[in-house]
Amino acid sequence: MRLFNIILGVAVVGPLGFFGIKEIIADPVYFLELFLGGLTRGSIYALIALGYTMVYGIIQLINFAHGEIYMIGAMTALIVASVLGLWGWNSAVIVILAIVFAIVYSCAYGFTVEKIAYKPLRTAPRLSALISAIGMSLFLQNYVMLAQTPEFMPFESLIPDFQFWEPFAHIITAVEMTIIVTTVITMILLGMLIKFTKIGKAMRATAQDKIMASLVGINVNRVISTTFVVGSATAAIGGVLIACHVGQVNFFIGFLAGLKAFIAAVLGGIGSIPGAVLGSLVLGISESMFTGYFWSEYEDVFAFTILVIILIFRPSGILGKDEISKV
Amino acid sequence: MKSFFKTLALALLILVSFCAPGFAADTIKIGCGGVISGDLAPYGISALRGAELAIEDLNAKGGILGKKIELLVGDDVCKPEVAVNMATKLVSDGAQMIVGHVCSGATIAANKIYKDAGLIVISSASTNDDLTLKGEHPNFFRTISYDGAQADLMTSFVKNNLKVKTVAMIHDKGDYGKGQMELARQYFEKLGGIEVVLFEGITTGAVDYSAIVQKIKRTKAELTMFGGYHSDASKVVGLLKKKRVKTIFFGADGIIGDNFVNLAGKYSDGVYATGPNDTSSNPLYQEISAKHQKKYGEDPGTFTHNGYACVQALAAAAEKAGSLDYDKMRAAMFEIKIDSPLGPIGFDKNGDVIGAGFSVYQVQNGKYTQVN
Repeated sequence: MRLFNIILGVAVVGPLGFFGIKEIIADPVYFLELFLGGLTRGSIYALIALGYTMVYGIIQLINFAHGEIYMIGAMTALIVASVLGLWGWNSAVIVILAIVFAIVYSCAYGFTVEKIAYKPLRTAPRLSALISAIGMSLFLQNYVMLAQTPEFMPFESLIPDFQFWEPFAHIITAVEMTIIVTTVITMILLGMLIKFTKIGKAMRATAQDKIMASLVGINVNRVISTTFVVGSATAAIGGVLIACHVGQVNFFIGFLAGLKAFIAAVLGGIGSIPGAVLGSLVLGISESMFTGYFWSEYEDVFAFTILVIILIFRPSGILGKDEISKV
Repeated sequence: MKSFFKTLALALLILVSFCAPGFAADTIKIGCGGVISGDLAPYGISALRGAELAIEDLNAKGGILGKKIELLVGDDVCKPEVAVNMATKLVSDGAQMIVGHVCSGATIAANKIYKDAGLIVISSASTNDDLTLKGEHPNFFRTISYDGAQADLMTSFVKNNLKVKTVAMIHDKGDYGKGQMELARQYFEKLGGIEVVLFEGITTGAVDYSAIVQKIKRTKAELTMFGGYHSDASKVVGLLKKKRVKTIFFGADGIIGDNFVNLAGKYSDGVYATGPNDTSSNPLYQEISAKHQKKYGEDPGTFTHNGYACVQALAAAAEKAGSLDYDKMRAAMFEIKIDSPLGPIGFDKNGDVIGAGFSVYQVQNGKYTQVN
């Protein structure tokens, strides 16, 4: 079986690698552009995927309402930015306030969603919580649609086209650069939070064993709430950044983004934080490369094909731990 | 007791089932189907409001064949599968004529139901060629010119006025967008002298379109032609400008209107698009715009005037035929000449409008301006 896997791997990767090297040598700038574009897309996926993976790691729930939290982040930023813009505030202040408000609102929504839709179902079968999550997702979508508008709304980029960046703007725009840098900073901060703080330690303990953690005096409910809040905050950052990049938002943007981020989390091994980041980058870059070198029509087909292939050979994802199924 | 309820339920059922035809005798019901919710809602709502205004005017004059007109509204959210259900509901609610739908894919799907029910359908916005040119939809008419006419105009404008040699064609994989681009490609081949260097579809609502934009840049296409609707188009045009790609952006009637300009903002400047002729100097057109402003508090949308013309055409045909009989109505549709807000129009043997065509527009200082 192992030999078979290796042969299959070489058969797939070999020609692809050969083709890749040929193309890179033929046009390195184009490759770089696609790579950076993919990195941007992967960064956004990663910011959302973190929420999925952290929540799954702690309560084994796929929080399908997470894409909507991302959308609410973008919406809040839009509202704050347009109001402050009307008042004629300085654009740097607007950026900071928009992001702060987006994070605060998204966190509040994430926190409340958990309290309303998941906490009462903590001891119920996992399927009930999953259905509750899907319900919450539909509710939030339609709520925003009714409260705002079903149409796309223009989102003025909060990040200016820096003058000094102009020579490189055709390869990677200032906004894309900001997305990548912000994602890296967020990841580092999150990593530090989980590795070095008390609440991070509590999170890791709860993920390992909820009952044991509560026996040693960890307030499990508070840890779960914190996880939702932290996940929502990163999703909100993702929402604001992508809205700046694409230039428009509506109530439905969370659906596809959430789905892709979920795939990325599963790809990397759901429950694992480095896995979610790795999965997101793999997905983003390979989508970008596929569009660039093959056909964009089948971009999504390709994304799902990667998922299927990886799950066939590594059922628990790239960095996921092998688990013995209880069924 | 249980059997009593059963009897009661049965009695109610029988009573209700007799209600519909009973009421139907008093009014003529026009069903209006289209996309009323979702991100394409502005198109459907504009068509619906046109129909509403026309029905108000007709009712003020005494209706059709001496009967008042009643409007039944259905929302197909631009999805063929929803459109079929919605069409079935309109038919079972007793609609006698149909105005709609908006998205071509939805219209094609729904028309199977209408055709079987023997209803005349007239659309203000569906431009897919197959609807009229294939002969599969004998009951179908429209007050908007078809894609073929538009593709012809687009391609000859690109060749003769913009004098471009290489074109990249991008579409949204939908019936409308992809159909339009495939048609335009055929017309380019017929014209000759223009090379289509890229022909690809994109996923509607995707997180990011950077990769396809880089691909367009790599082909060095002098012009990018887009088949699809305003939200995707504005994302692509924004990214093209942000990535400093030097290419002319050219769309079709899917991106005509203020929606596109609002969304794309400063990036929309210089964008070309083909759209229905500018008939804003027509007195009836202005009258309807004023009524729309008064009733809904905003300027009319993309298809309002076409929607108005749809109801006018149905009313004229019914009056000429003297009844709502399908064969008589259909025969009358080919003979009528109406003074619509789009100018004097009639219908050719395929059911396509005569007298309303397309022009080329360009966004200049945040407004679409006619350029040909």
